[in-house]
Amino acid sequence: MTVLGNLALWVAFLVGIWGALTGFAGGLLGRADLQQSARHAVFAMCAALVTAVFALEWALFHHDFNVEYVAAYTSRNLPIFYTWSALYAGQKGSLLFWASVLSLFGSLALTFTSRRHAPLLPYVAGVVCAVAAFFVTVMLFAANPFARLAFTPLDGNGLNPQLQNPGMVFHPPMLYLGYISITIPYAFAMAALLSRRLDTDWLVAIRKWTLVSWLFLSIGLLLGMWWAYVELGWGGYWAWDPVENAALLPWLTMTAFLHSVMIQEKRGMLKKWNLALVIGSWLLSVMGTFITRSGVISSVHSFTQSPVGYYFLVFLVVAAAASFTLYARRLPLLDAEARLESMVSREASFLFNNLLFVGIAFSVLWGTLFPILSELVQGTKVTVGPPFFNQVNIPLGLALLALTGIGPLIAWRRASLPNLRRQFAVPVTTGGFVGLILLLGGMRDGWALMAIALAGFVAATVAQEFARGAHARHRQYGEPYALALARLVGRNRRRYGGYIVHTGILILFIAFAGMAFKTETQVTLRPGERATIRSPYGWTYRLTHLGISQYDALNRQVTAATLEVERDGKRLGVLTTEKRQHVDGLGRPTFQPSTEVGIRSDLREDLYVVLGGVVNGTEQAVFRFTINPLVWWVWYGGVVLVVGGLVVMWPGGGSPAVKRVQAGYVVRLVGEQ
Amino acid sequence: MLDCTRREFFGLLGGLASAALYRPLPPSAAQDSLPGTGPSGRLFDPARAGRPLPPVTARDNDAAIQVIEKQLKCTCGCNQDVYTCRTTDFSCTTSPAMHQRVLQLADRGQDAQEIIDQFVRENGVQILMAPPKRGFNLAGYFLPTVLILVAAAVLVMALRRWARAAAARPAAPAAPAALDATAAELERLRRELDSLPG
Ligand code: HEM
Repeated sequence: MTVLGNLALWVAFLVGIWGALTGFAGGLLGRADLQQSARHAVFAMCAALVTAVFALEWALFHHDFNVEYVAAYTSRNLPIFYTWSALYAGQKGSLLFWASVLSLFGSLALTFTSRRHAPLLPYVAGVVCAVAAFFVTVMLFAANPFARLAFTPLDGNGLNPQLQNPGMVFHPPMLYLGYISITIPYAFAMAALLSRRLDTDWLVAIRKWTLVSWLFLSIGLLLGMWWAYVELGWGGYWAWDPVENAALLPWLTMTAFLHSVMIQEKRGMLKKWNLALVIGSWLLSVMGTFITRSGVISSVHSFTQSPVGYYFLVFLVVAAAASFTLYARRLPLLDAEARLESMVSREASFLFNNLLFVGIAFSVLWGTLFPILSELVQGTKVTVGPPFFNQVNIPLGLALLALTGIGPLIAWRRASLPNLRRQFAVPVTTGGFVGLILLLGGMRDGWALMAIALAGFVAATVAQEFARGAHARHRQYGEPYALALARLVGRNRRRYGGYIVHTGILILFIAFAGMAFKTETQVTLRPGERATIRSPYGWTYRLTHLGISQYDALNRQVTAATLEVERDGKRLGVLTTEKRQHVDGLGRPTFQPSTEVGIRSDLREDLYVVLGGVVNGTEQAVFRFTINPLVWWVWYGGVVLVVGGLVVMWPGGGSPAVKRVQAGYVVRLVGEQ
Repeated sequence: MLDCTRREFFGLLGGLASAALYRPLPPSAAQDSLPGTGPSGRLFDPARAGRPLPPVTARDNDAAIQVIEKQLKCTCGCNQDVYTCRTTDFSCTTSPAMHQRVLQLADRGQDAQEIIDQFVRENGVQILMAPPKRGFNLAGYFLPTVLILVAAAVLVMALRRWARAAAARPAAPAAPAALDATAAELERLRRELDSLPG
């Protein structure tokens, strides 16, 4: 099967190069035969890469440990679920996954893009082929997933226990889907630049794709947080790790793009900026893959361990240079069709929104790269950990939250004073009121207090928008309020979907604020002994150690401690936390023992229990008890955000601007130029 | 527990407010293990439970020690602070050793800052979870925020200029002020147009 895999990679490589050449040449020369050939090349590449994936999965499922990748990431007793996901557990497999999903997305884009955008498609095919061919090149010449060992081990290493978690099965592909799908908007942007078709039309072609990748990236980030929380055992979900930051960066720039694109649609402004954002987001996503897969930031030395880092570096530099050169040459075609008229307008608020998103992205990038910079500039290595990132980014994040409330309240073009007063009265009062209650209630953590007060403000703006809209429909069409609300959202999915996304964001901010009140205690207990801990809400938890049991499971030896949990005298149930010693098919230990956390969640707080180990080989156990307020709201907020994203994307509810363009005429409001 | 009553939901904010009233209990009160309950049973295979651990002492939970350890980076390569590492990865032997060192320095009567300084002297500044605010590190802390503020100021100035230019343009009569409608009415009209199907 590895022969088939290698063959498929070579076919993909050659077809990719052919597709890139014919795509660009066909577009530039206007030759239909070359254009058609490039299109077919994307489909052929997709078929070849899917075959390669099939070959690797075959080797994984048949335990062909002579294949280095199979031996490194699986073992005979690895559950099937994780054997499948071993495809993207390692660098080589992820490269294959990246390339194949890209060619799949490329095929979908070529198939489903409307005929109206036909002149862009050859270039899109060219870009997709070129990028996918790069990934195949890396595999063929530096990181071949089908490489064989000189000998055949009896069993493989097995998968890192921390990756043996359902969150880890879905998190990487979602994140990759996000990273990869940005290539499609990027390809359309390049196509628009190359073909000089820089009207608003190309935006219509890529907006959906941008939303798709934004949504995948959001889901990927959220699942990553969930995985970190339930699996890593340190009691939090975000550590400002370079790998996490790398995923956050394109998310920030894409969110900026989703907003600034509205100005281009409605007013024909910010064309240059939008193109730069698409190109920048794509470069960041490739950098994200590179950082995730090379570990270059945490240690510069890992760079030299494999040549893959150099391939990526060269690719990034070449791609950035090519994209921005082309961009610079087309700048004269990208002049704005209108000018801003007032500082107090929706357009202006979007400019500040973009400034903050890009500013925060810069700040995260700056912090992530700062250890390297410091080493270069002052010759000393410094550590840039969570305290640094929190200090720098919490104020920026809160400014963003405030703007999330302010922006939608301001009218397009120019807002008048009475209009502002009418819009802001309720939200500002609500925010102030929430802040006051918290202050009177004794909350003294300034950042947390501000976050929740601002969240109250934003919640009120969203509620006000929904209430006014529903009320207007109720008055105008006599619809009952529930129906009016449903129709309001249904008829204007972008706007109200966007507001649902904003609701998700404000819930997330409240949840983040909860972490300011986290408490941690370590305890040693013998069976029958109890520990008492106070929660930030003033409740008293009693945890009674019931005992430890040891048993064998499929690929691990489990040591499980069980605790009975009571809160304020009321029994809540039992919690189990485990130590797992993973073993291979021959019973030999693989990896260090790992920890399974016991979590009891409710809306207010999580009780998070970790078994540290045992004393003197007895049932006397060391535990860590953490109380994490409001963590569930991260997952709720995430779900709301994703639902909002789906509403925005749902077909048929496109923006009025899009509909007007599609209808072939443009309605101009009185007074609009 | 996924289900939540409305009362629980509304209790949330109040509950959060009371959070600030919480004062951590002294460590000795935080665990009321019954002393002298006799030896615990031996495990079938203690090796499976990871590295043997010593019992937790009251000082391991000392809030002041926690604060210090959260500023120091564990040198085992985990990228976590000493406190988080020693209470998360129980197979690591580096962070417990660093914890002992912190306790030792505290026993010598050093205060938090002195202990941290001592660690920096012994290990260099990278032992700190966040670089000290001096020299080039100041750029690390403040450059992004300063740049954002400068960009915001430039944006405000540019917007002012554009707004003035827009006001001076002859097209101005077409602005809402000259219409027989208020801005609010126009906004409503715009919304209604937006919500028309097709
Ligand atoms: C983390 C923060 C934010 C996220 C994740 C977010 C996300 C979104 C999304 C996905 C949409 C729908 C976009 C579309 O239809 O294509 C949207 C709409 C919108 N966003 Fe945001 N946003 C955020 C912050 C902000 C900020 C700071 C502002 C301030 C200017 C803002 C103003 C708006 C407005 C006015 C709309 C609706 C536009 C319309 O009428 O269709 N958002 N947002």
